Amino acid sequence: MTIEIKTSTMKPVRNTYAHIQRRFGDKPATRYQEATYDVHSTHNFHYKPLWDQERELNDPARTAVVMADWYDLKDPRQFYYGPYVQNRAKMQETAENNFSFFEKRGLAAGLDEVLRAKIIETVIPMRHAEVAANLNNMYGTAHGTGTAVTQALIFEAMDRFGNAQYFSKIGLALDDNTGSSLVEAKQHWMSNPIWQGLRAYCEKTLTIKDWFEAFIAQDIVLDTLINDLYYRQFDVWLTANGGRDLLLLMEFMQQRAKESQRWSDSVLKSVVAESEHNANQIRAWISTWRIRAQEALAPLANALLCEQALAEAFSVLEQRLGKVGLGH
Amino acid sequence: MSPTKLNLKDKYKLLTRDLDWEFSYEDRQEAFPYEEFEGIKITDWDKWEDPFRLTMDAYWKYQAEKEKKLYAIYDAFSQNNGHTNVTDARYVNAIKLFLTGVSPGEHAAHLGFAFTGRQMGGIGARVAAQMQSIDELRHIQTQIHAMSHYNKFFDGFDEFNHMHDRVWYLSVPKSFFEDARTAGPFEFMVAIGFSFEYVLTNLLFVPFMSGAAYNGDMATVTFGFSAQSDEARHMTLGLEIIKFLLEQHEDNVPIVQKWLDKWLWRGYRLLTLVAMMMDYMLPQKFMSWQEAWELYFEDAGGALFKDLERYGIKMPDYTETIKQEKEHLSHQAWWTFYQYTHAAAFHTWTPSSDEMDWLSEKYPNTFDKYYRPRWELAAEMEAKGERFYTTGLPQLCQTCQIPMMFTEVDDPSQVAYRESVYNDERFHFCSDPCKSIFDNEPEKYVHAWLPVHQILQGNCGGGGLDKVIEYYHLDNGAANLEFEGSPDAERWKQWKGVA
Repeated sequence: MTIEIKTSTMKPVRNTYAHIQRRFGDKPATRYQEATYDVHSTHNFHYKPLWDQERELNDPARTAVVMADWYDLKDPRQFYYGPYVQNRAKMQETAENNFSFFEKRGLAAGLDEVLRAKIIETVIPMRHAEVAANLNNMYGTAHGTGTAVTQALIFEAMDRFGNAQYFSKIGLALDDNTGSSLVEAKQHWMSNPIWQGLRAYCEKTLTIKDWFEAFIAQDIVLDTLINDLYYRQFDVWLTANGGRDLLLLMEFMQQRAKESQRWSDSVLKSVVAESEHNANQIRAWISTWRIRAQEALAPLANALLCEQALAEAFSVLEQRLGKVGLGH
Repeated sequence: MSPTKLNLKDKYKLLTRDLDWEFSYEDRQEAFPYEEFEGIKITDWDKWEDPFRLTMDAYWKYQAEKEKKLYAIYDAFSQNNGHTNVTDARYVNAIKLFLTGVSPGEHAAHLGFAFTGRQMGGIGARVAAQMQSIDELRHIQTQIHAMSHYNKFFDGFDEFNHMHDRVWYLSVPKSFFEDARTAGPFEFMVAIGFSFEYVLTNLLFVPFMSGAAYNGDMATVTFGFSAQSDEARHMTLGLEIIKFLLEQHEDNVPIVQKWLDKWLWRGYRLLTLVAMMMDYMLPQKFMSWQEAWELYFEDAGGALFKDLERYGIKMPDYTETIKQEKEHLSHQAWWTFYQYTHAAAFHTWTPSSDEMDWLSEKYPNTFDKYYRPRWELAAEMEAKGERFYTTGLPQLCQTCQIPMMFTEVDDPSQVAYRESVYNDERFHFCSDPCKSIFDNEPEKYVHAWLPVHQILQGNCGGGGLDKVIEYYHLDNGAANLEFEGSPDAERWKQWKGVA
């Protein structure tokens, strides 16, 4: 049974904003559409940026890739601010429960000393690498074109800062909230040879000038490899090696990585499909950054898993690139 | 002995500050290249005091709760035709001004804080700026959604972003934010983080929201309440940035002073639009512009500058000028828009006799003497069917871009003009402070996109006024002109059953 309350419907003069009408016709629009399309300023800029006198504010020329319409890069998740924070709030609630369960049941005490040391050496230092991811995505927000991609980039940036904090909290869960594991992990990040390649890669990405190249180096090349190593292969390894309880603490990052990849895949696909020029430019970037990533991750992947691990991760990267027409 | 557990402050430090590291493989300056050119000296980023301690998970949690409540109200508002509950259809023009003039500024602020949130060298300051950046994204998006329902029933909202890049008076807020975004990261933080968000928020954001509250605009006022705690965080960041810069090095003091002088004036000029909104556009008024200025700037700002004195910062010396102007500002602005409303995306009208009495009471020294006679004449002409518009193009100030309409401080019958010559070209200004802002950075301000110049050069559709109106996407006869007789006014009468 349904009941129906009579409401008075008034006939509107128009259904949505004019720029939304021009794109989709005069019909009721979604909140994603109204919050996203054509929000970036595009015309009649007033002054030359003191930090880049060659270009205007919001200048599409801040990347070498070219799009006729930057709003083609829409987010398959349809995230604008509201759904983004609400989705993450739900995920963090699960994470919070997982962390308190881990603590309440004293699961840290159940980990053997070797495994605990391995986590501090090979996992917790990721908290620093995530800061580079935060900055590279923030760079795209500041310099990218079109709210469709710049908003998704700031969501990614904030997520990655969240990851940095979750990695830190894993450390705190292992050291009984004293912070000693974080001090140790930072020493590994700064001087342990297994981390120096990744640290150099991160530092290098932070000097990239082209925001889309930063997206490629970070969100496509590096993240595909890291996601496969940490959130798939290491997940399997932990299950097999007495570290199953730690999966509780990694779940947020694993789920998030999967979801975010849907978005970055779609961005990459649209930009590559736009033109041969874009595809070639992206190929060139990828070929440089994959060599750097190979060098950067080899010792780490080896310490975390085994010698074949990185090759396996690279084959996942190949598949991913193949799907958008960037295969060999 | 077991090692001690962390207290909250140290824990937060580990979750933010400690995440950063010293570079070994690249020159850190390559990653943060804009930290030095403004002349600001940072000796130790560790001295940054986090203005609020919010981890990402807490941020998501609080903000999601606020969003959920806000959108529930938006839904109820449109389901119940909330637009028919405002005091009068004239009110809606205030929020047209907000959506076209203020909301795009939220987006500009979002991008500006993303820039500083990437570029500042200290991670504590970066994270605070990043959170403000994503908050500002929230504000533009929730404002678009708040106005979405009004857009369905009133004219003047639908082309807000097209207009923001083109229409003459909207270049006032647009150039303001672009001036800040084209500056270096520290000037941006002082301009928007401190001068705008800390000192002037109560005179921009709050009046629009109070106007909404007094005039039955549930959607906008709910947005206002929902954004209040964001704004509180932004204000603490603004205060921290100023104290941090001043404490870092004594050489920063004169630079910061110069920025404060510039940005408080730029902000004040921008508030001209708010002054007129408060005194003329709200059917139900909550406070006069003059009262708001005295309360929020003279009293609260005065106390703030007292507090900054110990760093060697002083109140800008033009505050006397502002004191004189406060009794004139709103009247001169509304009079200007009244004449040029054919080229504006909102309606204007002559104040009713009750409203004129209110203005006389609030402005005893000026309204009856200088402004009432004009309005009585305008009303008289209108009654005869001769509602007048000015067709000539006004001259604009090169700095604030407002038409030359401000009068000399000591002579309200004399419009003020100032000028400077730079590279053999003559530039015009509305006031001494606008002239001195230009004189400090002429190479920047010569690039201003002045709407009237652009019209005259044929860059705004070419040809006459009708071409310009087309270029603006101004729905002629609907979105512009006098309120009485407009489609908005006619629809309102129908809804309310008034013949």
